[in-house]
Amino acid sequence: MSTNGARLEDADRETLEALYELAHKIYDDLEDGDVPELNLPVRSKSNIEFDEEHGVWKYGDSQSTRSAKKTDGAKMLLRTTYMIDFIREMLETDKSSTLREMYYISEGWDLAKFSDQSESDKLAEDLEVITEYLREDFQLRPEEDGARILGDVTVEEETRTGDTRVINCQDDVGDAGYSVPYSVEEDKLRFVDIDADFILAIETGGMFDRLVENGFDESHNALLLHLKGQPARSTRRLLKRLNEEYGLPTFVFTDADPWSYRIYASVAYGAIKTAHISEYLATPAAQYLGVTPSDIVNYDLPTDDLSEQDERALNSELSDPRFDDDQWRGEIEFQLELGKKSEQQALAKYGLDFVTDTYLPEKLSEMGVI
Amino acid sequence: MSIANELADKQRDIAVSEFFERNKHILGFDNTTRALITSVKEGVDNALDACEEGNVLPDIRVEIHEGDDDEYTLVIEDNGPGVVKRQVPKVFGRLLYGSQFHRIRQSRGQQGIGISAVVMYGQLTSGQPATICTRVGPDHPAYELDLRLDTKENEPEVVDEEIVDWDKDSGTRLEITMEARYVRGAQSVYEYLRTTSIVNPHAELTLVEPDGTTTKFPRSSEQLPPETVEIKPHPLGIELGQLQEMAKNTEARKITSFLQNDFCRVGLQTARKICDKAGIGEDRKPSYLKTDDCKALMSAFEEVRIVSPPTDCLSPIGETLIRRGLRTEFEDADLVATETRSAEVYGGHPFQIEAAIVHNSDKLPDDEQVEILRHANRVPLLYQRGGCVSTKAIEDIDWRRYDLDQRGGQGIPHGSCAILVHVASTNVPFTSESKDAVADIPEIRKEIELAVRECAREMRSQIRKGKKMKRLRQKEDIIRKIVPAMAEKSAQILDKDVPDYEKAIARIMNAVMVTPTIEYEQGVGHDITIEVRNYTSHGKRMQVMAELPAEGDVEDPEPDAGYRGNMIVWDEDKIDTGEAREFSYRVRGLAEADIQNVDIFLDGIDATLIAGAEAWEGSEIEETAPEPQEIDDGDEVTQEVQV
Repeated sequence: MSTNGARLEDADRETLEALYELAHKIYDDLEDGDVPELNLPVRSKSNIEFDEEHGVWKYGDSQSTRSAKKTDGAKMLLRTTYMIDFIREMLETDKSSTLREMYYISEGWDLAKFSDQSESDKLAEDLEVITEYLREDFQLRPEEDGARILGDVTVEEETRTGDTRVINCQDDVGDAGYSVPYSVEEDKLRFVDIDADFILAIETGGMFDRLVENGFDESHNALLLHLKGQPARSTRRLLKRLNEEYGLPTFVFTDADPWSYRIYASVAYGAIKTAHISEYLATPAAQYLGVTPSDIVNYDLPTDDLSEQDERALNSELSDPRFDDDQWRGEIEFQLELGKKSEQQALAKYGLDFVTDTYLPEKLSEMGVI
Repeated sequence: MSIANELADKQRDIAVSEFFERNKHILGFDNTTRALITSVKEGVDNALDACEEGNVLPDIRVEIHEGDDDEYTLVIEDNGPGVVKRQVPKVFGRLLYGSQFHRIRQSRGQQGIGISAVVMYGQLTSGQPATICTRVGPDHPAYELDLRLDTKENEPEVVDEEIVDWDKDSGTRLEITMEARYVRGAQSVYEYLRTTSIVNPHAELTLVEPDGTTTKFPRSSEQLPPETVEIKPHPLGIELGQLQEMAKNTEARKITSFLQNDFCRVGLQTARKICDKAGIGEDRKPSYLKTDDCKALMSAFEEVRIVSPPTDCLSPIGETLIRRGLRTEFEDADLVATETRSAEVYGGHPFQIEAAIVHNSDKLPDDEQVEILRHANRVPLLYQRGGCVSTKAIEDIDWRRYDLDQRGGQGIPHGSCAILVHVASTNVPFTSESKDAVADIPEIRKEIELAVRECAREMRSQIRKGKKMKRLRQKEDIIRKIVPAMAEKSAQILDKDVPDYEKAIARIMNAVMVTPTIEYEQGVGHDITIEVRNYTSHGKRMQVMAELPAEGDVEDPEPDAGYRGNMIVWDEDKIDTGEAREFSYRVRGLAEADIQNVDIFLDGIDATLIAGAEAWEGSEIEETAPEPQEIDDGDEVTQEVQV
């Protein structure tokens, strides 16, 4: 029943102690005849603050209380106890599971089972936020999400079977590039050699493939990273390591719509959902390359009208502290005025080579890279 | 002298035979479906009246048999006092002949177009005479007469007559063949009898449909409605022709005594003022009055202040009986809210409004318009719903305030409800001769609105109380599973004993939950048990009170209780956290439907902590029993505040 101290490594024991704090709180509340409750930071844009030290946005001091007073709150607390027990079991038996697997395991948790995976993912994040440990410490990992990198970088990867493999992300891979693994920490992934001038992080697969086909990585000595929409933790972590440990300038290339700006914000400033670990995931030096609302006009790009949701999202960004600087404010207000949005691939209006021969070189030289 | 003989004396004739043929559309015979319903209506109204006048609980059987060529035979049989043989031709064979026409009282037929119109319709469409079988008592023979009408002369003709064997001691059976169409639905014979049964809970109605289906609408009250009192006409309630007729036939020799004797609310002073205003000598002989004189009198009536007519001549159905009727018809209703207003007057005529709302979330669809059951003097109104003052008053209410669905806050609401409106009056102002809809008289509309709103308020308060309780029950249910599981799991993780979580549960629920149960047993009465559970973090000291029904005998309170006003009161010690206590009593002498819920009040507990009862806020309970009506009002106000 109790922790099998002998078999646990110190780090794991510390993780468990932190989780037990929560179980203790619930147990003590019940024993004292109080309504069980846990406090945790408010996880919304109303409670993020700029962390001067790391140059990223993190949760502020606002706390919310999760209480058994309401049925939903009571259910979440019950789930919390079940999840802690599940993590304890994994640590004691040295097993790990994916977030998805944990969601399916919760099917057997009776009243504590989750109704969809986003709920269990979020509770795992809550535990990170409260205990200040990472979900990797809980032996929980995400699925591979399929983000990929292509360019002249040589990595050494520890495979599942325990072998080490050395891969050059230009020569040893196909056109799809090298798949970013779920963990990019030293114990899993080491950079052996890097020969690139900058990193270009690209939102869509279509544009990534275009740049690969046009040989942009070689012609401009660039590392191309496919973000695959809202990037996973490991993708952001990889970007941060390449930027900070190897000093590669980093540029983000997305569509010109509010959702794409949020991708940039989570890369550069820190995502709201993971603001407790922003200093570990965010790359403050990452710059937004485009497509900007001004580009829409300057390059006379094909457009779509902003939908109502687009407008709401843009307006919401105007009240998001992460976008509170003159440049973003100006671009967002300009786009609202324009009433239009464009995709990256709209650049194909001027031919398939336009993006690699004209647009990117122009933008990069504006930004002082070439 | 038999009752029938007494009635016969009041029956006088008026000759207007041809009227029918020209006006059958406004008399409710405009199509074959409608003609059948109108025939049933006239026959059943007649039968009910006869039974009530004869002081017997009505037992009425309606049979409809299908013949050839769209012909149906309608049979209506009652257990009333019967009709003496010599009166049969006049009662059934002459238009506008009846005991009702010259009397001012609340009655079903009122204009007396009545049953003879049905006989005439049958004759006109089938060519066959009507057959009437009647017997006035066990010592009398039963006669069977075949009757025809001379439609020009308004003269009945007995075609055949014989003495028959009949198993009934007294009663009347009418058999008429006519062109008709039998349907089911909102406007049908079935519907007519169903709604008749609701507002005539003392009657047992049986319907045999053409396919042989037999439906019994059972009696839910053994009590005959009190006999309605006949009043003299009020000067403001008569028309010119009526005045002339009265002046011609009066026994008074002077106009002042005519006004004093033949009208209500006219004393000598008032009579003199009327004559003065009309410019007519007080000593003139009434029978010499000319049309212009009568007109002058009519306008003088308007100018002189005359006290309103008496209202105690009306006989409302009463909330208890309406509730019984509705409970019988709408089985398993969640609630029945009723309101009987006090009598009011419009233009010289007394009237009284009753309303009720039935709510049944299981059986009545919540996405359809509510059913409106309209009645005038205990007679259902099936046609011209939109033109009726009841409908208009209901449409004008913003039902969203009462938690019903109503697009745009106007029109007939949608919800699992039926609304009943009953207009009782010595002179129901119908919009037309076919008596399908009550005219939009401001006084009547206002009273209907007030009555319906009162029911709606009660419904809302009951439903909200119920919903709050239901939510709390669901919460209790789930918290009772989650918290123990949480205690167990956290104990397992920490390798400790499972903590006692009952206090935490009480804190989470944070309510004093009150649950009444009502059990009824025939011959014993209602056993009422009130469970009070203290689901709060502290022990509570409280007084438990329950409102007692206006009638019935209260017995065996457990534990011992006191009484204050219309309340039973328990002084109670502390109930500890998590503890429950039961309070019970028995009520004898009421019908099952008479107690559907119990209003419970707790004194000494914060209103926000109470579920399933109200916080007692009234200090207005007096040791001497006040008017029950006033207490009702006070409670309603309290409920309003709670909601």
